[in-house]
Amino acid sequence: MSPLLKNITRFVLFILVQVFVLHQVRPLHQFVVPYLYFLYILWLPFNMKRGMLMAVSFLFGLTLDYFLKTPGLHAAPCVLIAYIRPFLVNQLISQEGAEQNYASPSVKSMGWAPYTTLVVITTLLHHCYLVFLEWMQFDNFWFFAGKVLGTSAVSLLLIFITELLFFRKEKFRTNTA
Amino acid sequence: MRNIFLFIRRFSNFLLFLVLQIIAITFLVRYNKSHEAAFMGVAGEVTGKINQRYTNVNNYFGLKETNDALVKENIHLRNLLKENYQSPDTTQRFVIDSIRVDSLLRIQKFKYYDAPVAGNFMSAQNNYITIHRGANQGVKKDWGVISAQGIVGRVVNVGPNFSVVMSALHRQFSVNAMLKKGGERGSVYWDGESPLFLYLKDIPKSAQVQKGDTVLTSTVSDIYPPGIMVGTIAEIINEKSSNFYKLKLKTATAFSNIQYVTVIEDLQKEERSQVEKEVKKN
Repeated sequence: MSPLLKNITRFVLFILVQVFVLHQVRPLHQFVVPYLYFLYILWLPFNMKRGMLMAVSFLFGLTLDYFLKTPGLHAAPCVLIAYIRPFLVNQLISQEGAEQNYASPSVKSMGWAPYTTLVVITTLLHHCYLVFLEWMQFDNFWFFAGKVLGTSAVSLLLIFITELLFFRKEKFRTNTA
Repeated sequence: MRNIFLFIRRFSNFLLFLVLQIIAITFLVRYNKSHEAAFMGVAGEVTGKINQRYTNVNNYFGLKETNDALVKENIHLRNLLKENYQSPDTTQRFVIDSIRVDSLLRIQKFKYYDAPVAGNFMSAQNNYITIHRGANQGVKKDWGVISAQGIVGRVVNVGPNFSVVMSALHRQFSVNAMLKKGGERGSVYWDGESPLFLYLKDIPKSAQVQKGDTVLTSTVSDIYPPGIMVGTIAEIINEKSSNFYKLKLKTATAFSNIQYVTVIEDLQKEERSQVEKEVKKN
């Protein structure tokens, strides 16, 4: 499958899973909302221009927002993590030129530790900003702190499971081919 | 001039980031104020259709509960029929105390419409329900929405075939309610914690309250007819510093499995709001 088609399919699948599976789960606790959808942004290819990355993320977040009737609430954190992602990848990548040799960030292309760091930092940033936007409307600090922690923990668990279930076999690409 | 262009080129990513953030936050703020956002009408139609597909499948799993609720509502209505009341002696006279059905509909206040639920989310702080009835079928903004068991919410956004209902599980939702026993009025709100409980505040401490008492919509509510079930008292919170009780209510409606709702039109609303507006002007 071509990368473009693959990413379009992922776009649709991530939205559908988030809306019709994770958001249909009965609320466990007010601090816990299972979020997985933003993993899509982490899985986008390395070679996407930053402007493009942000535009796609904005569209992605806004699509989810139209389903959940919260226009802008998810789009803003999505754009934030899309903006931050290239910085983090540059800092964390260990192998020289891994961005050229592999298609997208994954355990295989970056290694366990850097990839985990990337996931943890993006998850925390995403939830902090998302809950902060909610918090602006209700002002209750414990709600903010508790929700960031609770939601991040569940998100990380979900991402871990997803990475194990859908292990992406990244091909090593060489310049010589 | 050249420097400006260089600056824009150099920081194009950061500028794009800022622009997108501003757009997103504008959407959010505007929606929280007026429940209107760009493309919401078109997007509502599309997401409504997709939601409808999902709900069609999902509804099969809740058929039994829906059926039970409808049977209970039917029994309740049947008990109100005048044929049920018959007196064996002649000391009591039977008087039909109800309105004549007037063909001009001059005194009818509330009119009911049915609507299937197309989408229902309840894990956020602000929850909305999408229903499959819109402007083409006569729905307007600010109509009340109830289910067979009790109140559900208020219509906030109307598309051609789908409408968005602000659920009672929404931080901005508020409705005037009263105790069934004493008639003391207070206002109902949701604190964002558990979708099973609502709160009723401003009930004076002189009121007789007990766990399990029924709370109904009051006669002054501007969107619901009086006497629609809101919930039952689950806990009485006695705040020592105030003269009012705060009551925790168990919701009458099971929000997680509503399949059909009733939309209520208040036919005399315009007159009422016009009169009230004139008073406020002075």
